[in-house]
Parts: sequence; C-alpha cells; structure tokens
Amino acid sequence: MALNCQHVWDHISEYIDGTLDPQVRADVERHLAHCEICSAIIDSTRNIIILIADDRVFELPLDFSKRLHARLDDVLKHEHPEPV
Amino acid sequence: MTASEAIGPATGNSTEAALITAILAGDRDKFHLLILPYEGQLFRTALALVKNSEEAEDVVQDAVLKAYRKLGSFRGDAKFSTWLIAITLNEARGRLRKDNRVIVDSLDEQREENADFTPAALTDWKEVPLAALERQEIRTLVQQAVAELPDSYREIVTLRDVEECSVNDTAQLLGISVGLVKVRLHRARLLLQKKLAPQLKRASKEEKNRRGGRSWFGRLSWL
Repeated sequence: MALNCQHVWDHISEYIDGTLDPQVRADVERHLAHCEICSAIIDSTRNIIILIADDRVFELPLDFSKRLHARLDDVLKHEHPEPV
Repeated sequence: MTASEAIGPATGNSTEAALITAILAGDRDKFHLLILPYEGQLFRTALALVKNSEEAEDVVQDAVLKAYRKLGSFRGDAKFSTWLIAITLNEARGRLRKDNRVIVDSLDEQREENADFTPAALTDWKEVPLAALERQEIRTLVQQAVAELPDSYREIVTLRDVEECSVNDTAQLLGISVGLVKVRLHRARLLLQKKLAPQLKRASKEEKNRRGGRSWFGRLSWL
C-alpha cells in the first residue's frame, strides 16, 4: 500500500524497534526510499534515542556510590535480610 | 562505560543467583557486589519520577536498603534488575504520594488528546555522534527535553530507552498494557524528536562554524 507521510509517522517508533509487521515495514521502506523528509525524521529520532541512552546524559552525582555503599554498610553490619 | 556496566552483563544471572544465595546464607557483604551494576539504572529511574537529583539519591538509598531486607522474597522468575527497578519505582511513588505530587494518569490522558504529536520536519539529518555529549551544552539540551516530557511519557522513555527494559517488562513495571506502553513510547519519542532535532541541528551547525568546518567526527580523528 502506498503510504503518505502522516501514515509513516504513525509507525516511526515500531519501525525503529523493528517490531512492525513485515508488510507494513515494506510499505514504510518504499516511502522512505523517495521521501527525504520522512527519512530525516526517522534518522533523527533514532539518533536521539541513542543519545538519551548514553550514561553521560544523566550522570550520577559525585560520590553517589560512596554514600550509597556507606549507608548500606551500616545496615549490613547489623541486620540480616528478613526471613521469608 | 562505567565500572558497574563492565561487570553487569558479564556476571550473568547464574552469578547473580549465586550471590543472592551467599548473601542469604550469611555472606552479607556480597550485597555490595550484587547491586553495583544497577546503581546508575536505579538513579535514572528515580530521577524520572522525582525530578530532583538529591531526592532521587535518597529514593535509591531507601530502595536498595529495602531490597536487601526483602532479598529472601526475590523470586528468580523475574530479572533481579526488574525487581530492583520495581522497588525503586514504588519508593519514588510513595514519596510523590506523600507530598501530593502523584502522577495523575487521567490528566495526562486528557493532555494526550490535545497534544500535537507531529514530528519536526527536516530535509536532511546529519548524525550527532555520541562524542557530542562531551559538550555540556548538548547534555543539557537532551536532559531538558526529557525533563519537559509529561510525567507518564518520561517514565516510559526512561524505562524503555534509557534503561533499555523490554516493552513487556516496562508494561509490568508500570502496571499498564503493552499497547499503552507502545502508544506512549511512540508519542514520547516524537515529542523528543520535535523538540530536540532542530536544537541539535542548530548546535551542530554552530559547532561546525566554530571549528572552521571540522565536524565532531573530524575533530575526534584529529585528536
């Protein structure tokens, strides 16, 4: 089926995740082959998903781990896990 | 890559199961090792809900202590990471509830009906490499775009795209259907694209001008 841009936009997320029905995926790809705008939209969305997954975006506060393990240590010294 | 990531996936479930057995048998210090790979994941999960770094840290500490105390009730049929994230989400939600900052899904749904989920139309896209995140300006743009998402979308994006949980695990963690996870994830991604793509494109162009036409890639190989 020939898809217009709006139809393609409905499928962006699943297209990126690779979970589209093969027939729909083929339709989307046929559209992308000649639509510069939709191709750029999909490329940029995919690029942004990769960027937000990077550890540097939401970095742990300084000494986060040290404080966590220090607090944990206090508890580990004195407590067993609760009996089930 | 952080040290925790380096040991995370490599340790595998069997090592994790062995650690849990050892801890429950009395080797309590091993709990430090058990949670080490997940600290960042738990922090980002908490931050997605409470939106404040200090509070997110408190949430993680409380959640980790709770996980230790309840370790005996962990069942191997779920992933340990999913179990930890579930406890962290509960802790964060508990705080929001206490302060009347509850995430109200129905309000978000009303907003969803009126929101515009059209992506930003671009004619070309030059990839922004991960190396660009070395720049504070780029990190801030990405952080702000995620922070400005409606609450229920930020939760989904954090679990699915930041923590890379499966769609099924995300649905289970949030207590919503797989279908709703997909719809919200799709909309959240479009909102991020709409906001960020033009900003990143602009920042990329400015960087290029500043560097006399040398791209981020070019700069890296040059270094």
